[in-house]
Amino acid sequence: MNLMSLQRQMTRAVMMPLTPREGMRRVSSNGRSMRAIAAAFIKPNDRLTSFDRLEIYNRQYWFRILSSLAEDFPGLRAVLGDSRFDLLAQAYLSARPSRSFTLRNLGSRLEGWLRKYPTCAGSRLKLALDMVRLEWAHIEAFDGKAELPLTAEDLVGADPSKLRLRLQPYIQLLDLRHPVDDLLLEFRNDRNTTFASNAFEELRKRKRLRAIARLKPTAIFLAVHRLDFSLYFRRLLREEFIILTQLRAGETLRRAVESAFRESSIAVAERPSCVQHWFQTWATLGWFCQADKNEIPSQIRIREDNEI
Amino acid sequence: MPANAFNNFTEYGIGIGLRSPHYHHILTRKPVVDWFEIISENFMIDGGRPLRILDQILEQYKVVQHGVSMYFGSAESANREHLRRLKELVRRTKTPWLTDHLCWGSVDGRYTHDLLPMPYTFEAAKITAQKIREVRDFLEVPIAVENVSSYAEFHVSEMTEWEFLTEVVERANCGILLDVNNIYVSSQNHNFNPSTYISEIPASRVAQIHIAGHSKYRKYILDTHDHPVIDPVWELYAQAIQRAGHTATLLEWDDSIPSFQEVHDEALKANKFLATESLAAAV
Ligand SMILES: [Fe+2]
Repeated sequence: MNLMSLQRQMTRAVMMPLTPREGMRRVSSNGRSMRAIAAAFIKPNDRLTSFDRLEIYNRQYWFRILSSLAEDFPGLRAVLGDSRFDLLAQAYLSARPSRSFTLRNLGSRLEGWLRKYPTCAGSRLKLALDMVRLEWAHIEAFDGKAELPLTAEDLVGADPSKLRLRLQPYIQLLDLRHPVDDLLLEFRNDRNTTFASNAFEELRKRKRLRAIARLKPTAIFLAVHRLDFSLYFRRLLREEFIILTQLRAGETLRRAVESAFRESSIAVAERPSCVQHWFQTWATLGWFCQADKNEIPSQIRIREDNEI
Repeated sequence: MPANAFNNFTEYGIGIGLRSPHYHHILTRKPVVDWFEIISENFMIDGGRPLRILDQILEQYKVVQHGVSMYFGSAESANREHLRRLKELVRRTKTPWLTDHLCWGSVDGRYTHDLLPMPYTFEAAKITAQKIREVRDFLEVPIAVENVSSYAEFHVSEMTEWEFLTEVVERANCGILLDVNNIYVSSQNHNFNPSTYISEIPASRVAQIHIAGHSKYRKYILDTHDHPVIDPVWELYAQAIQRAGHTATLLEWDDSIPSFQEVHDEALKANKFLATESLAAAV
């Protein structure tokens, strides 16, 4: 057996889902005995059979990736409940094994997969999808690239029909059907409480269920961004969201603003001052950037944002 | 004075792994530490807090990069995106040498995120050595490969683990990151004498040593890096130092991480052995 075929053989076994009792399956996906497969390429020793030895790696694989995904998506876990989340995680990771050298990217295809296999989320699909998008945005915003920010002065005198503003790459813009930002902040605050007896854990679960039950579908627009290297959620008006997404797509300032007000309820007379205020805030937050430069930290902290 | 051709960094002394629970302590108290080993993958990102912390550490400390996913032993070629990001980080840290494991973990672009054991064959040694050379040429930094702990052996193996390690590093002309805890763990799992392992490898290629604790189960030992170093591992360390000379040493502690001071104190126990070796060398 050459190196490549041995590695393919072992990877197939290692990535095979575990039994409900967290052991290696007795039979492979194509109906072959795993004992025979293991014995064909792995030596036994005086304490462990070939099967036992392969099983160590099979278990290690699943424990590592399942705990990594659970760590990245605590909100989804809370929305779905532990057992449904575990089933979903196993199904997702079986269907979409990691294609990146880093575990950071393990959840990168979760949203797309969940849209394709919606039944995995049960009755809370839309809420689950919102939470997945928010939690993935959180990962992207945490270590995304920051470029040299433009200041408010840089924008003075620019021609809006030609000006194309670049948005910081780390900023994530989301349009969501549920206020999952509040929900996630509530779960995270819970998680940060250090004592955890069984009774406390139970109480926490019930609290979460109540919070989810209370949650009414409400369209929200959100920016996940960072300041001083801390992450924040910032709620946006629909008009703000449109301007920012249009700018990110490469539209000129004038076109972006026109699209934002096409179906807006903001009175025409108020629009100029709104736009001016938004741009001032965004520039203060360091959201616009120059061409690819080294990361420069912003020293400003805005209080109205929700730090995560 | 370098102890050997692959060990130009004897002045590095004793380092510890840079782990997030200790960031605050390190940045506010600025403890005296010879050097920090970072896990490269944690910093192969585009921006944000981790890189900010790394830059602050780099202002005050020497840093050596240790990777967990280069998979020199994978039959497929190295991932270009991985290499690009790694090179960017090498430029940032100016790591004097770079380490990763003598193992595999990906096939056909799918990653297990584990350090899987090699079959000890000549074919595997050749492929692995070739990849080490390619990575070194691309990154332009000396490379040392680390022996992993393993729980399985393959029928196709044609040599012992230490013969395989020797075969690879000589073909690649690279250094060894000798993990004495991994040797101990594997010796228990595969019934060999760990002391033979240390006496058989080319000591002149040992560029760095890892020490760590592990977990013992009923039928096997897992390399968990969550305990203090046990006495038999210290004995192997003493033997390794005796053979390789004064060598940059690092304590790994990755799980159930205690206070910074506790980890550092455990690492500094290595001084006793390094001092003895220096005395012996002076006589
Ligand atoms: Fe190690």
